Amino acid sequence: MLELFKKQKYVTVASDAGRREMPDGLWIKCPRCSEIRFARELEKTLKVCQKCGHHFRLTAGERIQFTLDEGTFTAYDADLEPVNPFHSTEYAQKLAAARQASGLAEAVVGGEGAIDGQRVVVVIMDAQFMMASMGTVAGEKITRAIERAAEKELPLIIFTASGGARMQEGVLSLMQMTKTVSALCRHSRRGLLYVTVLTDPTTGGVSASFAALGDIILAEPDALIGFAGPRVIEQTIRQKLPEGFQRAEFLRQHGFVDLVTPRPQLKAVLSRLLDLHRREQS
Amino acid sequence: MTGAILEFDRPIVELEEKIKELRQFAREKEINLDAEIANLEKRVQALKENIYQNLAPWQKVLVARHPERPNMLDYINRLCTDFVQLHGDRLYGDDPALAGGIARFDGRPVTVLGQIKGRDTRENLARNFGMAHPEGYRMAMRLMRQAEKFHRPVLAFIDTPGAYPGMGAEERGISNAIAECIQTMLMLEVPVLSVIIGEGGSGGALALASGDCILIQEHAVFSVISPEAYASILWKDSSRAREAAGVMKITAADLEALHLVDEVIPEPLGGAHHDPDGAAERIREVLSRRLPELAARPVGQLLAARGEKFRRIGDPRIYLTGNDIT
Repeated sequence: MLELFKKQKYVTVASDAGRREMPDGLWIKCPRCSEIRFARELEKTLKVCQKCGHHFRLTAGERIQFTLDEGTFTAYDADLEPVNPFHSTEYAQKLAAARQASGLAEAVVGGEGAIDGQRVVVVIMDAQFMMASMGTVAGEKITRAIERAAEKELPLIIFTASGGARMQEGVLSLMQMTKTVSALCRHSRRGLLYVTVLTDPTTGGVSASFAALGDIILAEPDALIGFAGPRVIEQTIRQKLPEGFQRAEFLRQHGFVDLVTPRPQLKAVLSRLLDLHRREQS
Repeated sequence: MTGAILEFDRPIVELEEKIKELRQFAREKEINLDAEIANLEKRVQALKENIYQNLAPWQKVLVARHPERPNMLDYINRLCTDFVQLHGDRLYGDDPALAGGIARFDGRPVTVLGQIKGRDTRENLARNFGMAHPEGYRMAMRLMRQAEKFHRPVLAFIDTPGAYPGMGAEERGISNAIAECIQTMLMLEVPVLSVIIGEGGSGGALALASGDCILIQEHAVFSVISPEAYASILWKDSSRAREAAGVMKITAADLEALHLVDEVIPEPLGGAHHDPDGAAERIREVLSRRLPELAARPVGQLLAARGEKFRRIGDPRIYLTGNDIT
């Protein structure tokens, strides 16, 4: 699924002879409007392009930094490593590369923190790690975080991102859909709040399981959200998809997302939702 | 057998034709060829055993997709009485790719559900090749809630390449429909038994496989994605589907070894398409044993066991130690 999300249509061939000496990572070019910005400056705007509003994908670390109160986050199961159930060399190599690229052990980071002082369990899927495909251990980490939220009677926020199932783990990856939904049923039965924030891209098995089941579903602007990838659909129906198809705004129009929330407002919206569901007041 | 013949089925089919001809010849000419016929029948039997006990994963995919493999309605007709088919999701439409209704199994009213592929191109077009839209899954949910209201168990028959990847499906929320279908099945306060009878493809199949037990026929498959798509995505070469089927662990035996299915239901020699009655009988035996046992359980126990079952599935500890969890 990986190559589905390479934004080929955005790639511009730059004649950047003059820029070649720029140190890597210091400057970032907006893939939508090509505006070039100082990386540190972009961080101040929560990685949203000030010119065109493009929301850059965030790493798990950035998401924590932008959403939770400083210094409140404690990770769950940070050391849980992916498994390679069918002992594939190819997969082992991919995992090693993903680990190196992201600095993470898996695509999922779960833990506990606070938003404006309100305690919450968060799960963040990091697309840097194999496009946050859903493997056995990714599913296990999500499940454990949901279970802890249920045990501790805490609200739960999942920031979803995924290219789909981790095919290298076969049906085991598919079954993570049922496993996570089953854990959510137990969290829900306790009357606890579950909010999903759909980020770019949320597709495949993740979109058709826990991502779709939030009591409240938010999405980041322009995020690609769908079950089948756009290319698969185009191949099936043999025609090009219209502009904006399967984007966050499209899903809101069709009734599958409560709010499309720009990143600068996200923390405040989450904070208000948590406050409205504080248990002592009801 | 008419229609498509699988390459590895050909020797069997040819011998069977020959036996038929010999029988007719013997009858017409009034000569006794019993010994010859018995001899040939023994050879057919040996051929079937040899071929069907050694099917490679890709051959199983072909058997699972065989156009003459019995579908959900074929089994309902053989396993149940008093079938009344019901239609529509009460929200948007009726999905010809996913059928449902009420019937009687072993004298007990049950709700039945399942995807249906067509036998030929015309029927396949009408049934969208067994690829359901959101309406199908929403009808499944409606019928499951109805089953709960009337305290009748649910039997789900799975046979689909996957949910339909089209524009309408996305516009009407296929992700949402599948997710809610899984959730509804997990929380349903009546027994739910799922039988994979052909191709169990991806989330579209999983949507009907979140109940108390997942049963699979001997030559059926269950996979995260089709072998063709796996080869195309991971190896950029869809012609390597045969090889993909081998590494994906999609056969009933593989799935049983991975603790992903509860029981493998044997098929008659030569596969369900050679003997639909025999295939139905073997399904009946398993359902007749499992259903009363599940129906006797108190609801709380039923739901707790269901939750634990899916909690255990895909627990990485199994694959780290190579053993079952204690």
